[in-house]
Parts: sequence; C-alpha cells; structure tokens
Amino acid sequence: MQHNLELENRRFVVIALVLVVVLIYIARLFYLQVLSDDYISKANDIAFLTRTIYPSRGIIYDREGRELVYNQPAYDVLVTMREVKNLDTLDFCNVLGITREIFDQRMKEIKQSRGYSSYTQQTFATQLTSQDFANVEEALYRFNGFDTRIRTIRQYKYPIAPLILGNIGEVGKKLLEKDSYYTRGDLVGNLGVEKSYEKILRGKKGKEILLRDKHGRIKGHYDNGSMDEAPVAGHDLTLTIDADLQQYAESLMVNKMGALVAIEPATGEILAMVSSPTFDPRLLAGRSRGKNYIELTKNPYKPLLDRAIQASYPPGSTFKPAQALIALQDGALTPTTVLPCHGGFRQGKFRMGCHDGNTSWTMVPAIATSCNGYFGYCLVRILENRKYKSVQEAFEQWKNYMVSMGYGYRLGIDLPGETRGFIPNNAYYNKGFRTSNWKPINVISISIGQGEILATPLQIANLASTIANRGYYYVPHVLKEVHPTADGEIEQVPDTFLHPIYTKVGKQHYEVVAEGMRQAALIGTVRYAGNMDPEGIQLCGKTGTAQNPHGRDHSVFMGFAPKDNPKIAVCCFIENGGFGATYGVPIGTLVIEKYLNGKISDRRKPFETRMLTESTLQYNNSYKK
Amino acid sequence: MLKSFDWFTALLYLVLVTIGWFAINAATYNFDDASIFDLSRFPGKQAIWFGISVLVIFVLMFIDAKTYAFWPPVLYVLVMILLAVTPYLASEKGVKGSHSWIQFGSVSIQPAEFGKFTTSLMLAWLFSQYGFKLDSLSSYLKVGIIILLPVALIILQNETGSALVYFSLILLLYRQGLPGTILWAGFSLVLVAVLGLVYGENIVLFLIPFLVIAMYFGFTDDSKSGWWALKVTVFFYAAYFLVKWFVPIPEAVLPYYRFRWIGLAISVWVGCYAIWLYLSKRVGKYLLIAACALGFVGFQYSVDYAFNKVLLSHQRGRIEVLLGLKDDPKGVGYNVNQAEIAIGSGGILGKGYLEGTQTKLSYVPEQHTDFIFCTIGEEQGFIGSSLILILYAILIIRIIMLAERQQTPFAQVYAYCVACIFFFHVAINVGMVIGLVPVIGIPLPFLSYGGSSMLSFTILLWILLKLDASRNVRY
Repeated sequence: MQHNLELENRRFVVIALVLVVVLIYIARLFYLQVLSDDYISKANDIAFLTRTIYPSRGIIYDREGRELVYNQPAYDVLVTMREVKNLDTLDFCNVLGITREIFDQRMKEIKQSRGYSSYTQQTFATQLTSQDFANVEEALYRFNGFDTRIRTIRQYKYPIAPLILGNIGEVGKKLLEKDSYYTRGDLVGNLGVEKSYEKILRGKKGKEILLRDKHGRIKGHYDNGSMDEAPVAGHDLTLTIDADLQQYAESLMVNKMGALVAIEPATGEILAMVSSPTFDPRLLAGRSRGKNYIELTKNPYKPLLDRAIQASYPPGSTFKPAQALIALQDGALTPTTVLPCHGGFRQGKFRMGCHDGNTSWTMVPAIATSCNGYFGYCLVRILENRKYKSVQEAFEQWKNYMVSMGYGYRLGIDLPGETRGFIPNNAYYNKGFRTSNWKPINVISISIGQGEILATPLQIANLASTIANRGYYYVPHVLKEVHPTADGEIEQVPDTFLHPIYTKVGKQHYEVVAEGMRQAALIGTVRYAGNMDPEGIQLCGKTGTAQNPHGRDHSVFMGFAPKDNPKIAVCCFIENGGFGATYGVPIGTLVIEKYLNGKISDRRKPFETRMLTESTLQYNNSYKK
Repeated sequence: MLKSFDWFTALLYLVLVTIGWFAINAATYNFDDASIFDLSRFPGKQAIWFGISVLVIFVLMFIDAKTYAFWPPVLYVLVMILLAVTPYLASEKGVKGSHSWIQFGSVSIQPAEFGKFTTSLMLAWLFSQYGFKLDSLSSYLKVGIIILLPVALIILQNETGSALVYFSLILLLYRQGLPGTILWAGFSLVLVAVLGLVYGENIVLFLIPFLVIAMYFGFTDDSKSGWWALKVTVFFYAAYFLVKWFVPIPEAVLPYYRFRWIGLAISVWVGCYAIWLYLSKRVGKYLLIAACALGFVGFQYSVDYAFNKVLLSHQRGRIEVLLGLKDDPKGVGYNVNQAEIAIGSGGILGKGYLEGTQTKLSYVPEQHTDFIFCTIGEEQGFIGSSLILILYAILIIRIIMLAERQQTPFAQVYAYCVACIFFFHVAINVGMVIGLVPVIGIPLPFLSYGGSSMLSFTILLWILLKLDASRNVRY
C-alpha cells in the first residue's frame, strides 16, 4: 500500500473533529445538567402530581354521646375539556340524568368561568347521591375526559341547633390569603362550632405524590409512596348540648321569636341553646346550600341571627336580682330594709309605675313580686351611697358590679358572633346628659332593666347560673370534650372554660336573692306556670316583661332549679310575648322540668300543649310579610 | 490470529452493549413490572438480540478475511435489490410512515440497517481495486454511485435519517484524497442551509465571512490575506454593534439599521476580495474561495426561496419538522424539549438507576430507542452521560487507529467507513437528544433498543475486528 504523508495526516483532522464534537456535547451537557437548575423544577412540575388527600372532618357528638354531625361521601363529576373526545352526549346525559340543554349550558358555564383551563379538571356536577354516582362510575369509561371525585359533606342526625353546629362551605378569599392551609375550593367551617373549632375539626391534610405520564395518566406513587403523607382525621368533638333537651326546647319555641339558653351552673356547659325561628341544618349541606343560604338571609325573621348570643334585648325585670345583689354587697340595703312602693317609684312628678299596689317590701318579697317601686328606690340608695363622693362614683362602682356578673362585655362563649350587650358607664351618661352631675332619677329605668341596658339571653342565663352558684360562673361554652386524633394528638378544652369566675358580690347575699327567686316561684310572679313543687322541683325564677319600642313587651324568664345544688339555669326570651309569665315562664320551666325529670307531668301538660301550639309571630313587625 | 486480535475494542463493545441493556431496562421500567429478564419486555428482547449477535460474531470470526474482500459486489447488489423491494414488502403498520420494516413472523427487521456495512464493504472493495485512486472524475463517479444508490433507495422508504448516514462517508473520501476545500465547502453549505432555515439570515450572513476567511488559512499559504480580511470583518462588525449599543440612532434611520445589510456587504466584499486576489495573483484557489463566498450568499437566499416556493407544502412541513422549526401535533419540538428537561433534571450525579421520572413516565418519546441517551442523562447525570460520550470518542478514535495500521486499502477504507458511520450516529443521535441537532431518528450504536441496529452495528464492527486480526495475513 502506498503511503502519502499528507493524506495520512488527515487522520488527525478526523480525530480532531470527533474530539471537538464530543467536547461541544459535553459542554452542552454541562450547561443542561449543572449550570441551569430550572430543568429540575420543570421536570418535577411535569412529572409529579401532588394531590391533596382531604382528612375526614371531626364528628360532633352531644353530651350523651349521640352523633349530631357526621360525614357522608358526596360525589362530584369532573371534566377535563381537552380530553373530551368523541363524547356521546345523549348517552352521557342519560347516565347523569340531565337534559341536553342542561349539558350544553353547563359546558358553556365552565368554559366561561374564571380561571378556566382546558387542561385542568373542572367541576361539571357536584354532590351526586351515591345512587347517581354508581350509575356514572359504571359508565365512566365510555366518556373520555370525565372523572369523579369523592368529597365528604356534613350530615346531621337531628334537625336541630343549626347555629350551634354550623355548616361548612367553600373557603373565602380573605381566609385563603390569611391561612396557607387552605387552597381554592377547600371547605371551611361556617357558623357555630364548625367555625369556632375549625382548626380542631379540620384535621391534617395528607398528600400523595403521584407520577404521571405525558398524557397526564397516573402511573403510580412516587418512590412507592414513601413521600406520601396520610391525612389525619380531625378531632371528634363532644358538645355540652343535650340533643333531646335541645329538640324539646326548639319544639316549644316554634312560631315564637326569641331565644332560650339552658346552662349547667356547676360547669358553665350549655345544655340547650335555641334561637327561634330556627331551621334544619341540612338546608346548608349538600347541593342546594347556596340557594338555601340566600333564602335564609332573605327570611324576614332572620333565622341566621343567633338570638341567644347575637341579639341584645332590654333584660327587663330579670335585671332586678342583680340590683339587689349590688345593694346588699355595697351596704346600700340590708335584706330587712323596707322600701315603699306607691304604685311604683315616685320622685316629684316622676312616676315609674308598678303593677303592685301601695305596699312596702323587704327584699325577698320585692323580688318575688318584682316590685318596680322597691327597685327604683334601691337604685337611688345604691347611687346615693354615702361611701362614694358622688352619684357618678357610685355609678362607676355599680357598673363594675354589673360587669363582674357578666354584663356589658362578651362572656366569651365558643361560638362566633357573640355581642356584648350594653351597660352604660359614666362617660356615656355624662355625654348624654351633657353634665357630669346627673341624678339617680335620670337613670332610674336601668333599675328595672330598661333604658339603656341591653343584654343577650346568654348573659341573662348566665346571671341565673351565677345566682344558682351563689356567686360565681363558668364561662358558658358548648365544647365538652375533644377526642384525640388517630395519631394520638390531644387537644384540651380551652382553659378559660375550666375556672370559675367570681363576681364582686359575696355568697351570703346570693342566698337572699335566691330565696327571693324561690318565693317568686312559689307565691310570686312565676307561680302560675312555674310552681313545680308537686313535680319535686324546687324552682327559683324571675320573670321579666321588657318594654321595647318595637311593639308588644318581650316576655322573659330567668330561673334555675333545684334551689340547692342547682342542675340547670335557664333564660327564655320571647320577643313580643307579653308578660314574663305568659310565655317565658311556661317555656323556661317546661325545659327545666324536662331536663330534671325527663318528662312533663300530667298536671303541666296543658302548658306544654299550649306552648307547642301557640304563636307569637303575629305580634312581630315582620309578620305582615 | 488471537494474538493480533484487538481485545480492547471488543471490550469496549461489551461495555457499551451492557450499558445499553441496563439503560433499556431503565427506560422501559414500569412500576408493576416484575422481572427484567421477562422476554416479553425490551431488556429481555434485547438480550435475545445480543445472543443472536454473539452467534453472528462467531460466524464472522470464522469466515476467512479473503472472503470479505472477494464478495462485496455480490452482497452489494443483493442488498440493493432488497432495499429496492423493501417498500413493497414493508409491513403496513410502518413506524412513522416509513416503509422500511419487513415483518418476519413476530420480528420485524429494517434492511436499511444492513446497507451500512454492505456499502462500506463495497467502497472498500472499490478502493482495493488495482490502481484505483480518488483523483479522476470517473473515480468520484464510481464512489458517488456506490454511496448515493442506497441513499436514494432508503429515501424512497421514507427513512431520511438512515439515508443521511451515508453522507458521513465524506470523511472517508477526505482521508482518501478529497480536497479539503470541498469538505469545508460542503460543511459550510450544510451549516448555511440549516442555520438559515432555523435562525434566519442574520446569523448566516454573520457567519459567511468567517467561513470564507477560514479557507484562506486552511487551504492557501496566504495567511496575510486571511488576516487582512479578518481584520476588516471584525472592524465593521464591531463598529456596527458599538453604534447600535452606544449611539442613539434617529428614529427615521432605525428601521434601516439592520445587521443583514452590513452582514451582506461584508460577505460580498470577502468574495470580491478573493476575486481581486485571483486577478492579481492568478492562483486558482482564490477563484474557488470567491466562488464559495458568493455561492454561500447566493445559497443562503436561494435556500429560503427554494424552501418556500419550490418545495410542496408537505415536503416543507417534513423539513420544518426535521429542523425543529415547527411542532407537529405529537410535537417534535415537544420531544426535544422533554428530552432536554429529562437530561437537565439529572444534575451532576443523576437521580440514580431506575429513579428517573421523566423517561420512565414516557414523557420522552422513543425513550428506549432513539432517545435512550435521555435515560442515561437523567439517571446518571453529567458524570454518567459525559462518560458515555468519552467511551464513544475512545471507540471511534480507536477504530481510526485500527484503520491507520491496516496493510491493505480494503481494510483501511472499510475501517474508516466504520469510524464515519459510528461517528455520525453518535453525533447526530446525542446532538438531537441534547437539542443541538435537528431531530433525525437514528439509533445510538449498541445503546438503543432494536434488533436490526444491534445486529447491523455488531456486524459492522466485528468484520473490522476480523479484518484487523488478519492484518498480518496476506490476502
């Protein structure tokens, strides 16, 4: 073979070419793999699908362990527009049980909705029943691009206490921004304990990291699921509510506007809390939640307003025991002090009328008969107490006493939206009277729980509870127990519910007032519908007939039983119910009797029948509508 | 003979096949698959093909070296006939519209793969003919026919990628005496056409002066003229960019202040300068340079014109897809993008064997065949994929070294053919996967899954090893 040096040297050109190409490629690899990181995140975005697994929400029980709220699977049909191919629309509509028009309209809606993408799953139909779902699931393979999703919705065993239990709805924009736990479309507690104990009920979201191929098909769990996190179901809750009592109280409150609160004095646990008119909590679960919600907001009787804690009323005569307590504690009166009633309280031309005749009373009968005159003079004595330099200083002290009994500020119940009621202070009156030298006569109506005074039914019930306890109360609450989660996490009932709060009034004074209320039940204003001694119940009670500018008086009852070692304290507030004894006493005492005896005695059945059937709605301004 | 056998290359071959087998397993690994030895799966099938390859290797080693030198014309004719009839025998479910696969029972083979070693043998045979030299028109014609016949037949099968392989043999021709200017011009034309279509005229016009100036340095002894032309070019380019970046250009002038004008002017000037040099020095090479310079410019514009006006739309579409100018629904652009993401996500050390997500989840198309390099890139990272490239470089350079130590033009030409073909396959395949070369569907030797390519590359390499082992035997 001939040798040609020039040609033989060309091998180096070829070798150089090979080396150059390989070096360029290695440089390119270096750029792709080492210098630029965005390929890694791109790869992850493409290949990983992090799917949230929703934990099941905590179940809610009543104090007897009866299930009140539980979870039920609901099924959504999802559609990925891009993957919808060769859809037999007629077939699909038949399976789903909808018409062609609904189908077309729904598809149009989806395409026009905000944030629409043809690549992602859109909700086509929500909350199918399991029967519908079974049909769809079976036929789903025929419809490309359609998928189903299981979600849980809340179900309610009893049609009671919608405002205590609350409901769940889609998370709002504000909360989304505030709490990173939520993502769009998550369900979050609304109203009631669902809202106030949201964090305890919601549990911990799990996640599964799935691998998907280029068609978006799921190929399995990443790394055999080692990175997945199982969801942890939320804490189950036991509420202080007694479902039977609640149901009974609600039935008594039918066709009446107002509220009823029953508290266990020894613990502050709320046994029943009714706001009337009420509604079935199931209305706010499931497919027609939105529609029902709007209807409820439009209802003239405002069923969404929790009258037990969100409405403040003049407490009327139920305020009088508190006045007596202050007077005793402050030394303005003794139990034996006799104050006159001249058909009421008179000072100059001013007269605050009283239903009673011209009698003079000591404290116990004054409470029992709810004498306006007595309590008018009582307030004058309190405010003109020599201990204090001025009426205003005495009034400041009076206000402090009231606040210590739970008035004027939120009690701190574990339900959303509680209002504070109103107890005026010096500044308020100074401003209102344009002088800081006003006289007791100017504010005399507060002595009988009228005037500026406002209280929630809860605060009134709490007063009853305080008297029942002879001087202290526990913050009323509906949470009895938080069950540990499956992963052993323990959550306690908040500390604030576990310690008694003492008022500024001594125990001995409470005995006097309790006796006054006992006499009221036996021989006083409560006696007609409230004397339950034949039933073995030693009731202590106080009526209230709260005048209000909106029409007929409100009928109020506040009481507890038995007198010693009380088991239940109740406030029943019926808007426009007339005298306290007309509705307040019967309903309140029926609830007490039901709770203590488990039944209503035959003797008292007529009261029950009457309360179950009568309506006070006609006295309400909204009635015309 | 065993003493003169090149164990090193044989070892490289085994290493690559083994890596390929693992890579195929990784690329086709499925979450619920049980065994990698399952014969219904790709690694299992590849193992069978390797077994067949070993048998073939034994046969090849027992055939006398003289036989290889004697039979190429017959073999060539037979294979060309096979290639010609392939479209008619091709199975209906041809891959990607190509008609290059023939079904034999449950296996399908691609005859185009066997064109490679046949053509190589044929070229080697031609060069080994007494007195054959690559210096006359008739010699070029013969070589041209031998190379272009399979190209034409394979293009008829719609296997453009496999057809392009044969153009790599220009390196062999260069080694055997083809003037470097032509190699360079050919290289430049490809560059001009591809860059022009993909990136537009600016980049091409920018490049042309440098391509031409390189010829002054490479193919004439007149580096003085080269430096001068380079200085002029750099000066004007620099002036253009300095003005563009630092001088506020009036609004009215701005639409006309485009690189294409300066690029065109310089490109034409470089050509005219060569003509002037020819006129003053009367050396033919300058005319060749001038022709190249002006030819490049003309080619740049005519490529665009031909591409848009002469080609039919489906042909244009094919080229656009080929060059990655357009995404088809399944998306060639998508493929490359996915491949880059897969490789890029590998990082320095990779995700670990069988830990890759992109390739495993079939984001990357053809992941076990043409895009097998992705799997290695993703799972073995920069270190692993660079090592593979270096292994290939070693293999190719080793083959060139084998070629150079051959005693006969037959063995030497054949060896160069092998080197060229391997080089082309590696450069195009890896280049395509890492996004440097338009998508051309050809396999990566020994790594890609596929019986035909496995057999074909094995035959290609082991005939060389046989010839090399017998290099001291006179035949």
